[in-house]
Amino acid sequence: MRGFEWTEPDTITGALDAAGGQAAFLAGGTTLIDLMKLQVMRPSRVVGINRLPLTGIRVDAKGLHIGALTRMSDVAEHPEVAHAYPVIAQALLLSASQQLRNMASMGGNLLQRTRCTYFRDIAEPCDKRDPGSGCAAVGGFNRAHAVLGTSPHCSATHASDVAVALVALGATVDLRDASGTRTVDLDSFYRLPGGTPHIENALRPGELITRISVPRLPWARNSAYLKIRDRQSYEFALASAAVALQVRGRRIEDARVAVGGVATVPWRLPGVEAALRGRPPGLRTFEHATADAADGARPLTHNAFKIPLLRRTLVRALMSLEP
Amino acid sequence: MSPEPERPPRPARVSRRGFIGRTTAASLGAGALPRPDQATAAAAAAAAAGAPGQPLPGPPGTEVTLRVNGAEHRVGVDNRATLLDTLRERLRITGPKKGCDRGQCGACTVHIDGRTALSCLTLAVAAHEREVTTVEGLADGDVPHPVQRAFIKADAFQCGFCTPGQIMSAVALVEHGPVGSDDAIREFMSGNLCRCAAYPHIVRAVRQAGSTGRKR
Ligand SMILES: Cc1cc2nc3c(=O)[nH]c(=O)nc-3n(C[C@H](O)[C@H](O)[C@H](O)COP(=O)(O)OP(=O)(O)OC[C@H]3O[C@@H](n4cnc5c(N)ncnc54)[C@H](O)[C@@H]3O)c2cc1C
Ligand code: FES
Ligand code: FES
Repeated sequence: MRGFEWTEPDTITGALDAAGGQAAFLAGGTTLIDLMKLQVMRPSRVVGINRLPLTGIRVDAKGLHIGALTRMSDVAEHPEVAHAYPVIAQALLLSASQQLRNMASMGGNLLQRTRCTYFRDIAEPCDKRDPGSGCAAVGGFNRAHAVLGTSPHCSATHASDVAVALVALGATVDLRDASGTRTVDLDSFYRLPGGTPHIENALRPGELITRISVPRLPWARNSAYLKIRDRQSYEFALASAAVALQVRGRRIEDARVAVGGVATVPWRLPGVEAALRGRPPGLRTFEHATADAADGARPLTHNAFKIPLLRRTLVRALMSLEP
Repeated sequence: MSPEPERPPRPARVSRRGFIGRTTAASLGAGALPRPDQATAAAAAAAAAGAPGQPLPGPPGTEVTLRVNGAEHRVGVDNRATLLDTLRERLRITGPKKGCDRGQCGACTVHIDGRTALSCLTLAVAAHEREVTTVEGLADGDVPHPVQRAFIKADAFQCGFCTPGQIMSAVALVEHGPVGSDDAIREFMSGNLCRCAAYPHIVRAVRQAGSTGRKR
């Protein structure tokens, strides 16, 4: 690990003042400290933000609001979250381990870096870590890599589970810097790799995520998260699905669908949502509506299995909901 | 998880750049007394970098107060030092073990402010003035914690390297209980890997401790 200066301000303005340049915010540290040890991240200053007043969960007429420093375990175990938005609680409980969920913040979760082994190894070329160096995953071991939203420069998956649930529900994030606060759709917050895989999202240098908001959606009570992985627990997704259905009188009025583990960003599927609307819930509808879910997929040498897996994961997740 | 404890993982492919990067990280990352093997590695790295005998510039450090098992320690630490290395190398509290140093194995599990956390991914500076409990802080004098007794009774370990971390997770589950089904125990404990695969006995120990009352 490289040496760095340490500060731990009590106020948001103090944190914003200390940020910028080569500084990094430290919340739970479960991404940052890991990657600093690997020298993938090399901040010259680390600004601890755990003393900032950015924790808490609130449900009001507009929806659900989560302070960026609220821990994953606190959100997962919150009774109102589990009741009103099961897809969020389930995505969190299926993430990482109890220790990590106790440490990790919701804001940090959205900003976690990919688990691509080549990104994590500074001896390997990686356009995301070291722009212009190339991509070792092409022609390397790429079984875990993305098939959707990829480019010749990067096929690394975005590894967050809860981001998939949040994107499906149309969540927004509040971003704050010295010039004020702006609210951004989480879906458009994430950037496809294209030719600039090192730019992963819309966050400006020194900007803080202060809050995550999920719009009120009473029918999100009928939602679920399904995660398929190589072992039963404590593993990242090979494919995952976040789904919610509004059903009235055997007819799907509305649907929310997003997938994870298969794409370079949390991947909403508006085409599948549209194909579900107006149909009766059931296996035939779900198979029909998800037929083109992997449209545009570009498999590498070892990950073509993710194309049928993604569709099966979606169908199984939809089948688990109330008809 | 590395098959041999206490040793940094070997890179699969060693390039010169990778070697220097890694050995420097291994020898300086601790911010603690370098062990002899690390001192040698540091010298090798310095020589390879073309700076033989040059003292490395002093890394930024901070004075912190660590509250561990009810005792307060004032220590000056390298900002890079993890809580794990600081506990082990500076305070000689060696219950928390270094299995992977990457947040993947759970051997370093401690409680911070009453909840399980990985001390290898926690900076000592970030633990300033927070309540830390290690396996050494569980017993009531000479009387082991019920979870410790259950681990002995159920023969829930073989080499014992993962055991302090397993026990810290089990205590969190039992004290905040109910422990639930065997599957629920396995899920809660999934962040604690055991190379000896003592899992069936660990689950039995947690189940027993959970049913014989939560408190001491
Ligand atoms: C072994 C292991 C297994 C895991 N398994 C899973 C899994 O199955 N599913 C899953 O979803 N995740 C998983 N994770 C990832 C984990 O959830 C993330 O590391 C964690 O959520 C990051 O949060 P943090 O608070 O620790 O972030 P930090 O490490 O503190 O920060 C991460 C990044 O975000 C920045 N940052 C943090 N907070 C803010 C803020 N409020 N504003 C602006 N910038 C900020 C930091 O500067 C840093 O760049 C796993 C991690 C590990 C180590
Ligand atoms: S040493 Fe393996 S998780 Fe900390
Ligand atoms: S690692 Fe040997 S007892 Fe668990």
